Amino acid sequence: MSDIQTWTLVFVVLTFSIYIFVAYRSRVSSTAGFYVAGGGIPAPANGAAIAADWMSAASFISMAGIIAFAGNGYGGSVYLMGWTGGYVLLALLLAPYLRKFGKYTIPDFVGDRYNETARLVAVVAAIVVSFVYVAGQMAGVGLVFTRFLKVDPTTGVIIGMAIVFFYAVLGGMKGITWTQVAQYTVLIIAYLIPAFAVSAKVTGVPIPQVGFGTILAELDALQTELGIPEYTAAFGSTNMLNMLLITASLMFGTAGLPHVIVRFYTAKSVRAARYSALWALFFIALLYTTAPSVAAFSKLQIIEDVNGTALGEMPSWFNTWSEVGLITQADGSPVADLGADTVVSYSDILINNDIIVLASPEIGGLPAPIVGLVAAGALAAALSTASGLLLVISSAVANDVYFKKINPQATEARQLMVGRIAMGGAIVVAGYLGINPPGFVAQVVALAFGLAAASFFPILVLGIFWKNCTAMGATAGMLAGLVTTMAYMLWTIDIYGNGEGIFGILETGFGTIGMLINFAVTIIVSQFTPKPSPVMQELVEEIRYPGKTELVAKHAQGEIH
Amino acid sequence: MDEHQRREYWRRNLRLMAVLLTVWALVSFGAGILFVEPLNEVVVAGFPLGFWFAQQGSIITFVILIAVYVVRMDKLDAEFGIDEYEEEVHHS
Repeated sequence: MSDIQTWTLVFVVLTFSIYIFVAYRSRVSSTAGFYVAGGGIPAPANGAAIAADWMSAASFISMAGIIAFAGNGYGGSVYLMGWTGGYVLLALLLAPYLRKFGKYTIPDFVGDRYNETARLVAVVAAIVVSFVYVAGQMAGVGLVFTRFLKVDPTTGVIIGMAIVFFYAVLGGMKGITWTQVAQYTVLIIAYLIPAFAVSAKVTGVPIPQVGFGTILAELDALQTELGIPEYTAAFGSTNMLNMLLITASLMFGTAGLPHVIVRFYTAKSVRAARYSALWALFFIALLYTTAPSVAAFSKLQIIEDVNGTALGEMPSWFNTWSEVGLITQADGSPVADLGADTVVSYSDILINNDIIVLASPEIGGLPAPIVGLVAAGALAAALSTASGLLLVISSAVANDVYFKKINPQATEARQLMVGRIAMGGAIVVAGYLGINPPGFVAQVVALAFGLAAASFFPILVLGIFWKNCTAMGATAGMLAGLVTTMAYMLWTIDIYGNGEGIFGILETGFGTIGMLINFAVTIIVSQFTPKPSPVMQELVEEIRYPGKTELVAKHAQGEIH
Repeated sequence: MDEHQRREYWRRNLRLMAVLLTVWALVSFGAGILFVEPLNEVVVAGFPLGFWFAQQGSIITFVILIAVYVVRMDKLDAEFGIDEYEEEVHHS
């Protein structure tokens, strides 16, 4: 076993033990505990849990690589702005009002505010979005295990599933929340330490956000020399229309993602829900302002290391990653096909986006313990997001389908049991999707956002801000947004025929169009369909004001409808 | 709160939202995308400014926007005497 493998094993075993210990301490015995952690999580902890819930395998493993390579610098900004800008929408437009409404799930809010048909559509949308998203997380877990512990991806995914199974089934939302607080701590330390070290080494400035600026001119010049557009140049890889649409789609998708929204139900109060959003974005910003500098440092280092070097002389990171097939020749064939004395130019090789963060400590020449720490951080990011998504799936099945539709008389114990069985089933399906992933980790995740933007965002906002938004309007709007977006994605995505699309709009940006369709259909249909009941209108009015109110409390207990 | 106060509270909440969302759109869609090319002509500490807004500036602004929102809403709540925060935890 190499040093790196030993250290990885140490950190993985250590962090996994912490998660299991935390989960055991916060096991639950009530449905409120299982679904929303009893609704009593303080804002800073809730913020850390949102941040871990939010920052997935895609944020941790793939994002820096996508910025550096797929987006060529500037183009990757869609992820940076999109995945953070949504929090402003969440904080201002949704979090406090949903918390005041006081439910367990998004379909719960939709079902109560609109009607049962709308609830059913919301259940389907929540499950589709979450499964699409969770597949990427499980694939990420497999990748980390393969590279760092040399086990095959299937075994890696099964280990990951077993851990999530333990803490999610035992502790539900409460177990997940406190585990996520621990996971956030692990992942942010693992991300920042190598970034600070690399920045100090390359620029002499230990703060990557600042050191970043000192290498941009050099990187631009290097890329121009190689015949690639400048790193900082606008619209080198994506045009303005698609930049706007993809950024918006990721922002509105963020504000409509069920596993993030449910987190505001776990806050203590309306005020705590607002503060949770602030803490969450602050914790996220620590990683998101660092990621673009990691991208730039790694790209500079890679070009300098690789360009004009003979294959036999490559640094060790190059060899370890080409062995597992994540560095190849530009046409995809193995690097090993070339002789050891072949001199490589940067454009001859293809570097997988997913290795940048995992390899950055090695590329920067940092010691083995740090490499092991990064592996543990990547696992924390993937597992925390997976558990949040699995909770959405199991609560949609157990609360919104079983309890609200099939057996409303079910006892608390029975509901909990159904919740746990649903969670177990969801974990098995997620594991299968992780072993046979439907596509590229981050691309698949980006599609989930489009679907969330097109289905949930409009009806949540209108449900809160427009008293006369009707049940039929919301149902029609959700269906129209979801169907058009899915159809466009299937039509244009590479695997299914690679269509050009309309006006060259990329499938990742179409969620914005789907959302506009949803808004339009909801508003138009609402004009011609029966208005919500006077009690419901009063209730919508009521959730605009924080503080204790009789009406909301009564409604929550099911005394009025 | 009586009817008049409620309307006033909601009106001020909406006005705060409108101001913050305008800034939100200006830094991201504006500085980061629509006007990125002219802004890139200006270079500060090695950063072309448009590029900086797209990769870091907008994120920092978003954090500040939410901070302003929570502080202003706390003030607004205090002014209108809504402070029963801890009592309202309920779930159906």
